[in-house]
Amino acid sequence: MGGDGQTGGRAAAPAIELKGISKAFGPVQANRDISLRVMPGTIHGIVGENGAGKSTLMSILYGFYKADAGEILIGGQRTQIPDSQAAIRAGIGMVFQHFKLVENFTVLENVILGVEEGRLLKPSLAKARGVLKSLAEDYELNVDPDALIEELGVGMKQRVEILKALYRQADILILDEPTGVLTPAEADHLFRILKNLKSEGKTIILITHKLREIMAITDTVSVMRRGQMTATLETAQTSPEELAELMVGRKVLLRIDKKPATPGRTVLEVENLRVTDEDGVERLKGVSLNVRAGEILGIAGVAGNGQSQLLEVLGGMIPGTGTVRINGDAIDLTGRHSDGQSRRARGIAHVPEDRQREGLIMPFMAWENVVFGYHHDPAYQKNRALMDNAGIRRLAEEKMERFDVRPPNPGLAARNFSGGNQQKIVLAREIERNPDLLLVGQPTRGVDIGAIEFIHQRILDLRDAGKAVLLVSVELEEILSMSDRIAVMFDGRIMGERLPGETDEMELGLMMAGMNGKAA
Amino acid sequence: MDFATILQVLDSTVRLATPLLLACLAGLFSERAGIFDIGLEGKMLFAAFFSAATAAVTGSVWLGLLAGIVSSMVLAGIHGLASITFRGNQLISGVAINFLAAGLTVVIAQDWFSQGGRTPSLLGGARFNPITLPFAETLQPVPILGPVYHDLISGHTIPVYFAFAMVPFTWWLLFRTRFGLRLRAVGDSPEALDTAGVSVVATRYAAVAICGVLCGIAGAYLATALQAGFVKDMTAGRGYIALAALIFAKWRPWYALSATLLFGLLQAVALRYQNIDLGGIVVPVQVMDALPYILTVVILAGFVGRAIPPRAGGEPYVKER
Amino acid sequence: MRDVMPKWADVVLIPLISLVLAFLLSAVVIIAIGEDPVAAVKMMVTGALGSTYAWGYTLYYATNFIFTGLAVAVAFHAKLFNIGGEGQATLGGLGVALVCLALPWPHWTLALPAAVIGAALFGAAWAAIPAWLQAKRGSHIVITTIMFNFIGAAVLNYLLVNVMRPVGSMDPATAKFPNGTHLPTLHDLLAPFGIAFSRAAPANISFLIAVAACILVYLLIWRTRLGYEIRAQGHSEPAAIYAGIRPVRIVMAAMLISGALAGLMAVNNVMGEAERLVLNSVEGAGFIGIAVALMGRSHPFGVFLAAILFGFLYQGGAELALWTDIPRELIVVIQALVILFTGALDNMVRMPLERLFLGLRKGRA
Repeated sequence: MGGDGQTGGRAAAPAIELKGISKAFGPVQANRDISLRVMPGTIHGIVGENGAGKSTLMSILYGFYKADAGEILIGGQRTQIPDSQAAIRAGIGMVFQHFKLVENFTVLENVILGVEEGRLLKPSLAKARGVLKSLAEDYELNVDPDALIEELGVGMKQRVEILKALYRQADILILDEPTGVLTPAEADHLFRILKNLKSEGKTIILITHKLREIMAITDTVSVMRRGQMTATLETAQTSPEELAELMVGRKVLLRIDKKPATPGRTVLEVENLRVTDEDGVERLKGVSLNVRAGEILGIAGVAGNGQSQLLEVLGGMIPGTGTVRINGDAIDLTGRHSDGQSRRARGIAHVPEDRQREGLIMPFMAWENVVFGYHHDPAYQKNRALMDNAGIRRLAEEKMERFDVRPPNPGLAARNFSGGNQQKIVLAREIERNPDLLLVGQPTRGVDIGAIEFIHQRILDLRDAGKAVLLVSVELEEILSMSDRIAVMFDGRIMGERLPGETDEMELGLMMAGMNGKAA
Repeated sequence: MDFATILQVLDSTVRLATPLLLACLAGLFSERAGIFDIGLEGKMLFAAFFSAATAAVTGSVWLGLLAGIVSSMVLAGIHGLASITFRGNQLISGVAINFLAAGLTVVIAQDWFSQGGRTPSLLGGARFNPITLPFAETLQPVPILGPVYHDLISGHTIPVYFAFAMVPFTWWLLFRTRFGLRLRAVGDSPEALDTAGVSVVATRYAAVAICGVLCGIAGAYLATALQAGFVKDMTAGRGYIALAALIFAKWRPWYALSATLLFGLLQAVALRYQNIDLGGIVVPVQVMDALPYILTVVILAGFVGRAIPPRAGGEPYVKER
Repeated sequence: MRDVMPKWADVVLIPLISLVLAFLLSAVVIIAIGEDPVAAVKMMVTGALGSTYAWGYTLYYATNFIFTGLAVAVAFHAKLFNIGGEGQATLGGLGVALVCLALPWPHWTLALPAAVIGAALFGAAWAAIPAWLQAKRGSHIVITTIMFNFIGAAVLNYLLVNVMRPVGSMDPATAKFPNGTHLPTLHDLLAPFGIAFSRAAPANISFLIAVAACILVYLLIWRTRLGYEIRAQGHSEPAAIYAGIRPVRIVMAAMLISGALAGLMAVNNVMGEAERLVLNSVEGAGFIGIAVALMGRSHPFGVFLAAILFGFLYQGGAELALWTDIPRELIVVIQALVILFTGALDNMVRMPLERLFLGLRKGRA
């Protein structure tokens, strides 16, 4: 086939064809000379690590960013997509990872926003109500049209996003990491919807880093690495292992070599721990668990089921009720003696889930970040009044050396380091305090493969040194490979505990969806 | 206090509430679209000067009004440029605009009229004059309602009626039209509007422009209707009171009417009575002056219901990476 | 998120370009009202820097602006916009007046420390309520501090008219402060060194206190744990909570320090110059602090330079108003333009510069 999709006439033109797309953000080249074709009525997957450039590419396709170079063909026609309006006109709908909904509007208002009929709202609302009803019947997309968005759960919000796209008569639907916040059951429902849409002739692009989803639902798949498209394959003719290798650029060890654990005394005991958030919603509903010295307890679960609150309450960031004992002594969960400082004084170190928002002060230099949270330590003071900045700088240099932070320049602001190196700075700070208990949230989110192994190894080293580790991750693979015991959280409760050797993703997945794994 | 006095105070309330109401609605459009505006004061002051100056020179209050609106919109444009196009700090931009107006009005007034930073007094057609509504004279003898209609409802200037008519119109525009839907969306979630294919920038500029128009009318009213000409700093904090009223009103049009009427009443009472004797306790005039501000602080403290501003308010819109 | 510009460009080049833009526009205004900007600048330089008398006024104004500029800067570090310097300085004046009138002070060396404490306490107290409302109830501090400016003016108005006015006086002002509270001027301070400084100029020992305040604020922000915590909280509240920094404490501390600094201005203008408390003694210096802090990039050294510049503008502007038809309000225009360009329109200068530096970097690579 020539470059022109129309030649020959009979062969259907690709629904989407990208040629030589490039895009840079300042000094960062997010997309480099990317070409792609997706045939109509198919589901096409795009996989790649975090930061591989998938979302940027799709944002270009949706008119959110302007490509520096390259062209886009829709249905064989060269198309300019300078803004989202043009994308919508070209029949492209997008479901973003972070929903783009007006929280204090109703479902109906959100659906018509931007495609209102005329200047008055009334006729548009009436029409949308009718269309929504028929869409709900056609595709299992039931949502109360008069509900306020802020009152809906994530699964429902995602449906509203899909409805928005369909209401705009999208023929091409792009979904960016759609299952990240869904339970396996919700994800299955989504896949049924997508298959229905495909059978109606719609073209679907699914962006994900979960190979299982690619294998389960796509017809074809493309792999992105470091801003480039490295391969496009028929899903039926590839394997997860091949895709993983293409994603990373070399063979990946999916299992981690580790010594068997030798658990000692109990370090952390949690009984009936409860947390109610500012909106009065109970997020932890009586959690009990314990972690012993020399072991890693992994907490599995879909994001938003209370894992974040568990880490935050143990780390002293939010108040709670119940009993928490560290080395046998109860700690305060509310009041003056319940904050990050007092937790650190008890030997609890905390690598927070969101290192850019919590773990680091991005405009602070690396050396300032290296004592963040421990800045009251007498060792870091010059005298009663002033901090020992020169001493801290020297210390930072050593720590950065030991943790292989690149570039090893303590005078550089934290925001100038890559995700992996930022995480190493946090780990250097927390692990080198030699804590009795390490709380770790999403240790490898947004971290490049090379750094992942390093980070995992450091956490295992701490375990082998006889320390207790509580690991929270939404990556089931990470939980399975790192943990000595696994607890599954669902809806603010622990659904049960399993040993990694005696369970599998299937059972854990069911438990994460609120079902008792054993009964299934 | 007899009935006639009450009517007089209420009449004065309406006149004093009018600039507050216009400025408050101006702020409502801007802040509902996510652009905080503490520059209401400056825009009003600017408009007050240019309307008075134009009216003084041309003798036409309508040309004066037009000049007031245009000048206010120029400042609104600067605010838009700073907070929408260049994604600057909206509060700092507002502060700058207030000073720009405070300084420029006097500098230009001195250059044009050499009267110590004021304009010449406006006479006749250079001012908005009270209009008498139909049957006001005929109905005056009717007890209670007659005087109310004659003294309170009739006999105001055109901007007063315009301001009060703006309240239902604003409500209708915000909650019943496509424009209102988009304006409210951009104040709550600009990314939703952006992905829906509507320009965040254009919608916000539209809101800021409306804010400019309304502040322009408010300023023109001050200089050509409430008073007869411009004097230095004649807005006297009204822009800030309007801001207070907007918070008091929780960014809703009908509440804005109640809030500005309340603050207008406080001003009317303070103007008429120096110290108020409440059965032995004398309330000094300074308390009346400070009351709108104190009430706003109390509201902000959340002791009387919580005032939650539009979610995306004050934040410049940057497409995420 | 990576920095594309070297640090010096961020710290020096951008404010400088913004300043030049602000001054160019000011020149346009001067031309528009039919005056000669070059002659105006000459007159300002002579009037503000041409004699020790001129310097005495420039430094007097600069002293005010150092205090209010530091006040805004400290709050900025905690990401709080304290627009209430005006009210805090007003109340600081009340504190100074109460101290000075309370005792028959024998000598200024005794009165000064007491007045410093009085000014700082009253200024801090006036910032305390907005701070507490922000910290505990989330009330927007910009709005509450604006409201407190007006409430402060009303309070002072009431006290001067009804309470503190001496019997028989029609003037809403306090009595003259006793002689033992009169501060030495720069004339008095420099005379022992053989330097003849104008006797008539109001610059006084408060200038040295302002310089000391710059140094102390520098140490506070960059060398102490509290300063570290204030900056951390200013950049990211979730991170502060993670580190065990209590936001309520930081908001209170930053605002109390900010209010105290604004209040300290009264030592200069009320005790050092007027020697009694009058209505509206602050004369907008609280607001000029915003321009000073923005231009000085919230760094004490930058604040010091910016305050001197504004002292120059203020004194030069007064001279202009005296000898030409250019009203004093021209300075307000310049101040507005400085705030606009260094504060709100920062990106207008920054974006093209970043592109420029990016181009240079790529060119080299």
